[in-house]
Amino acid sequence: MSETAVKKIFFRPDRSLLTPFNITVGIIMFIGLILTIMRFTGGLSAVTNLDDNYPWGLWIGFDLMAGVALAAGGYTTSAACYLFGMKRYHSAVRPAILTAFLGYALVVFSLHYDVGRPWRLPYPIFYSPGTTSLLFEVGLCVALYLTVLFLEYSTAALEWLGLKKLRNIIYKLTLVLTIFGVILSTLHQSSLGALFIIAPSKLHPLWYTQYLAVYFFISSMFAGLSMVIFEGSLSHKYFHDKMDETYLKEHDGLVLGFAKGASFIMAGYIVIKIIGIAMDNNWHLLGTGFGIWFLVELLGFVALPCFLYAVGSRDKNFSLIKKASLITVLGIVLNRLNVSLIAFNWYLPLKDKYIPHLGEIGLTIFMITIGIVAFKFIVTHMPIFYEHPDYKDSH
Amino acid sequence: MSVSRRKFLAWMGGAGLSTAFGTKAYAASNKQFKGYPDTMGVLHDTTLCVGCRSCEDACNKVNNLPQPEKPFKELSVLDKTRRTDSKTFTVVNKYDNSKEPKNPVFRKIQCNHCLEPACASACFVNAFKKTKEGAVVYDASVCVGCRYCMVACPFNIPAYEYDKVLDPKVVKCTMCHPRLLEGKLPGCVEACPVEALTFGKREDLLKIARERIRKYPEKYVNHIYGENEMGGTSWLYLTGVAPEEIGMREDLGITPAPNLTSGALAVVPMVAGLWPVFLTGAYAISKRKEKIAAEEQAEAVSKAVAETNTAAEEKLAKALEKAAKEKEAAIQKEVKKALEEAAAKAQEEDKEEDA
Repeated sequence: MSETAVKKIFFRPDRSLLTPFNITVGIIMFIGLILTIMRFTGGLSAVTNLDDNYPWGLWIGFDLMAGVALAAGGYTTSAACYLFGMKRYHSAVRPAILTAFLGYALVVFSLHYDVGRPWRLPYPIFYSPGTTSLLFEVGLCVALYLTVLFLEYSTAALEWLGLKKLRNIIYKLTLVLTIFGVILSTLHQSSLGALFIIAPSKLHPLWYTQYLAVYFFISSMFAGLSMVIFEGSLSHKYFHDKMDETYLKEHDGLVLGFAKGASFIMAGYIVIKIIGIAMDNNWHLLGTGFGIWFLVELLGFVALPCFLYAVGSRDKNFSLIKKASLITVLGIVLNRLNVSLIAFNWYLPLKDKYIPHLGEIGLTIFMITIGIVAFKFIVTHMPIFYEHPDYKDSH
Repeated sequence: MSVSRRKFLAWMGGAGLSTAFGTKAYAASNKQFKGYPDTMGVLHDTTLCVGCRSCEDACNKVNNLPQPEKPFKELSVLDKTRRTDSKTFTVVNKYDNSKEPKNPVFRKIQCNHCLEPACASACFVNAFKKTKEGAVVYDASVCVGCRYCMVACPFNIPAYEYDKVLDPKVVKCTMCHPRLLEGKLPGCVEACPVEALTFGKREDLLKIARERIRKYPEKYVNHIYGENEMGGTSWLYLTGVAPEEIGMREDLGITPAPNLTSGALAVVPMVAGLWPVFLTGAYAISKRKEKIAAEEQAEAVSKAVAETNTAAEEKLAKALEKAAKEKEAAIQKEVKKALEEAAAKAQEEDKEEDA
């Protein structure tokens, strides 16, 4: 790429750099940079409230646990389109894959802040594999799935760069990559829940069950579908001019279809959650403080959006569906935080409970901002919401 | 760059199989691992402990740990409940005695050195190892610092050096493994002035503990804490009050930690084996549906075309027939007309002749 082309992409002479968006991003980046320096010169204690009772905090609970669940739109959308023959949702695949790719990339990036010796992150796979650990499975699957997502996303980047040959080779792998992606997602989405199966004495009995792995996997499906709806409605608002006719034509059908799908899966999820309580005979715990909190999660953030999705897709009420998707996304975040932080060490007195440090919150916002900026850059320059004119009808 | 499918499946299979056949965990079988033969341990008789903190002092010296803020002679430290941290491998806590309110109970806390350690089964780089001597040891040279061991430990023992930048370690009691190899006693056991700590073969310690309970049934609770908890630990406790009252959880169960996760791990090779088949099947079905739909569509079109054609031919034939009939009729009409004209002409000629 020539220098002028680079300049054209990054610095538009026709537009001022001092937009409110750029200023906000600049401030967050600056704070993030300072926090990064503090983390890598002062250790974890300089920017986190982690302690010996709470070795995992916001970065694992939100950035990793919730982040991975919300990035599930990648495998759900591509599986629906390529494996289950729902071709009419084709135009949603690229935005979903991009969101997933950026999501996973940021998960791995924020892990570098959280682990003590990030340069050893390849150790479990290449140097000293501890195969009895569920974290080994999570690590292996996330590493492989990030590669798969990168390849799936790369066709868009290669079209943008004009590298036709390479693009066509990777494009031929679509089916294999999709199948591979679903296997890897099944495994690591569920293992993230299974991580806590080793700690029955620490996690509150309402959240601790042998079914944790199943719960995490099933909830990742409607998390993914909801995130595609949620992200799509935001994109509609801000990137409408980038969308081609096919995308716009297919979008409404996609929202209705995904809302219906999410509603069904959530209904099933509620059933298996109740089965979980029945299996362990934990009914009496529902009357306690944690029990009420459990019901808030299950009724307020699963049953309610499940109902709203059902009504919304029946009445073709798009604003209702959008609201339901937002509640579902928040509900997934709440569930992952409950398992990893809030209901974890539930017996500890309040003074010993973990409350995130401002530095942890700051770096989490930093990560999200990087994701938004990267997303914005990619959708403004690469064929995500539209088909590249050179590759029309290749699908 | 991507890893080949075969290699991936091998890894996945390995993850599951190692739980089935590994030496560490006897999961997925009904065998119970009772620990290495002749494994060593320590018996802590809490009814004898006087809370002098000599063990803490000895541990600090033996392991070259930094000096604490208050000296080990200072017993006011006991008023607060403490836990192990990165600078302390062991602590003694004071608890109210429900039996004799005047005599508080003291209990020493350190790594219990499980027979099947949760930390070892949770570690994704094998940094923890149960030695045949009984100690669970940690290898900092492979540790990534993920702290999953701390999440996994049911006794809340491993601590972490949160303030270290380049070489943070997980820290816990080593049962003085290096000293054991030299034939010495663990530092704390050696230092205990009242023999509240007894070092020996775990089997022998269990016998001693049972004997004490038999001899003094009114002094001890009939329970050797650590005999079965989480599958058994190398450290064993005798108590005069319920273990729960002196901060030891009684709801841990007797399942060794590796058995808890073996089910989830056993599913891995199944998913890796079956999903490709199911998904390719789903793809084939949807492809076949598309193909059938396309064929049906083509058939319907050709049928429609054929129907239209026959209809058109029939119409044409009818039209032709009609045209032919009309033509014939016209000819007959013309012939008739011509005949009539001829007849009329002949009549006229006859008239002329008559005239």
